[in-house]
Amino acid sequence: MRHMNRRDAGTARVALGASIAGLGLLLLAASAPADELVVGSKRFTESYILGEIATQTAQAAGQPAVHRQGLGNTAILFEALKAGGIHLYPDYTGTIARELLKTEATDLDSLNRGLRPLGLGAAVKLGFDNTYALALPEAKAQKLNLKTIGDLRQHPELRLGLSHEFLHRGDGWPGLKRTYALPQSPRGLDHGLAYEAIAQGQIDVTDIYSTDAKIEKYRLRVLEDDKHFFPEYAAVFVYRLDVPQRFPGAWAALTGLEGRIDEAAMISMNAEAELGGKSFKAIAGEFLAAKGGAVSGRKTGSGWLALLFGPDFWRLTRQHLMLVFASLAAAVLIGVPLGIWAARQPLAAQPILGSVSVVQTVPSLALLAFLIPLLGTIGTAPALVALFLYSLLPIVRNTHSGLADIPPQLRESARALGLPPGARLRLVELPLAARSILAGVKTSAVINVGTATIAAFIGAGGYGERIVTGLALNDNGMLLAGAVPAAALALLVQVLFDALDRRLISPGLRA
Amino acid sequence: MISLKGVAKSFGSLQVLAPTTLSFPSGRTTVVIGPSGCGKTTLLRLMLGLMTPDSGSVVLDGEVLTRANAQTLRHRIGYVIQEGGLFPHLTAARNVTLMARFLRRGDEDVARRCAELAELVQIPYNVLDRYPRDLSGGQRQRVALMRALMLDPPALLMDEPLGALDPVTRHALQADLKNVFARLAKTVVLVTHDMHEAAHFADEIVLMRDGKVIQRGTLDDLLARPAEPFVSEFIRAQRVDPRLAAA
Repeated sequence: MRHMNRRDAGTARVALGASIAGLGLLLLAASAPADELVVGSKRFTESYILGEIATQTAQAAGQPAVHRQGLGNTAILFEALKAGGIHLYPDYTGTIARELLKTEATDLDSLNRGLRPLGLGAAVKLGFDNTYALALPEAKAQKLNLKTIGDLRQHPELRLGLSHEFLHRGDGWPGLKRTYALPQSPRGLDHGLAYEAIAQGQIDVTDIYSTDAKIEKYRLRVLEDDKHFFPEYAAVFVYRLDVPQRFPGAWAALTGLEGRIDEAAMISMNAEAELGGKSFKAIAGEFLAAKGGAVSGRKTGSGWLALLFGPDFWRLTRQHLMLVFASLAAAVLIGVPLGIWAARQPLAAQPILGSVSVVQTVPSLALLAFLIPLLGTIGTAPALVALFLYSLLPIVRNTHSGLADIPPQLRESARALGLPPGARLRLVELPLAARSILAGVKTSAVINVGTATIAAFIGAGGYGERIVTGLALNDNGMLLAGAVPAAALALLVQVLFDALDRRLISPGLRA
Repeated sequence: MISLKGVAKSFGSLQVLAPTTLSFPSGRTTVVIGPSGCGKTTLLRLMLGLMTPDSGSVVLDGEVLTRANAQTLRHRIGYVIQEGGLFPHLTAARNVTLMARFLRRGDEDVARRCAELAELVQIPYNVLDRYPRDLSGGQRQRVALMRALMLDPPALLMDEPLGALDPVTRHALQADLKNVFARLAKTVVLVTHDMHEAAHFADEIVLMRDGKVIQRGTLDDLLARPAEPFVSEFIRAQRVDPRLAAA
């Protein structure tokens, strides 16, 4: 779905600014080589396919190009584009107008007038329109005789399950409710889960988009927008204005795609991905081959185990481990001293514990959307910084409480022996607090394994890549192929730390 | 020899030690006694520099205790706090040798000294491999005493060393401790609230109340020539020793 920008990051910005500024060590720039065209795409089937088509079109024109696929939401893409982390990505005129420029006009000239000051442009109408619509099961629609969105007014008992983005964006539910005076109170759910929910009868109506492959599969009726509430959503490329000069060959080939993909073609490509189980690469390849372009791919998928241990398994594992342990190491290096400082200086304790707690309240997507412009890149660097920030609280708090809980007579004994402060910390206080500190590190590590799956939203890889793809394709096999190894890794980390406990905590302290 | 010259300490408006001048001579055991809250533990903490006096000075063998030299002067004063204060994450042996190892004393010297002390405090050498939680209360106090004596300090301060022990253990340790003090010939200062213990150990007794020294002298002095009625009252209240019972 075309995810909206969640603006809840704002309040936390001030609090986060200072701590992030000190994180120079994590800013390993993950940017592409200078001569490579970087194409982005959002986290839903159609965007993956269009991104892949753009990438292969550029490659066929002799331009080295990579596809950073499935990047979170509109805000993340937009920030990445402005920062130069990607060069272009597919979007829709209605989304650009309402979500990015906050205007009503959706024609290309108006859009470009708004985008130019940002160093961006919109071009190449691909030839189809993908607007929002509401749909419900055909059988239910017949029974209640529902044809238009306005007909919903007569049935307040219908349960609406809408994607979070649709629920909150200006051109989504709030406007629709006003225009049609709808009485229902919808609940939010992930778009990838909406079809299953409707098939199992947990919800009655959901938002879809008009090139959705699943309209047929789930036998849905699309309700007519008789008041023409939904605006035009023509598919175009949003690009940095320097792209035509920097990549002239690729740009010429991309403009050649204008008007080449009609609605039927898009629905059939979406269906090949979601129902036929074909890879995005293969679909894009076949499309371009049929239009006189690149070579065709092959159909993928056999057993689930083959999917689980697919060719990307080790790459994803490596990425996931790197994300978890690099951020954890940084959090230990900075969190333990912060905890010591908080324990030593009672005046510093509240500000330190307070700020690391505030970080936890920032939703992960908001944090990522905020980090991308700050770091000027997408991918590994912002993911590491986000995981680092989330790791701090358990480590800082447990270090602080572990030290604060040391009985006063033991501190006094250490002083009375004549040990200098550094030696007291190293030989007495830290070993006494070891159990608590390690418990904090273990908590951070296990939570990190789970949180690292969100790194896929900004193209940092890891098992989350499969989860994100699985959600976008409504493919439970793919989703599990990401979730199961993540869970297994969490268990493994737990076992590993239990072994570490036995090595690092004195037998004299064990229960 | 440790001397206090006009040492005073207050917490806010509460005076815990009135200006006090006292000296604790070498080779003698001085017992500081008094009811709870009389300032006796404060006296010990001031002598170790764990607390800075509001006025006056503490002098150890001619050297004035300051913030700057407190840490190294502590190497010359062994201190056993209430209930021992052993570090639970270290074995008994590691507790005893922690400071010597930190000061990079030779392994052989450390081991020899440790064996000597084990013999002195009457603890089997193999018990030293245990962690404090696996030691009895009496053993813990013996180990704490070894730790305090490891660097062979000229002075030994003990705060209620027998306070947390059962009567049988207490009795055995009392006898052993007195032998240790006799063999060591150090400046020993022992704090207690128990008159029986004071009578057992003391060459001299310092009786305190409300942050002031009421009387200093031998047990006989205190019995025969009480400085004020409180001295006799305090002693009478604790008639345990047969000699005290007769008073």
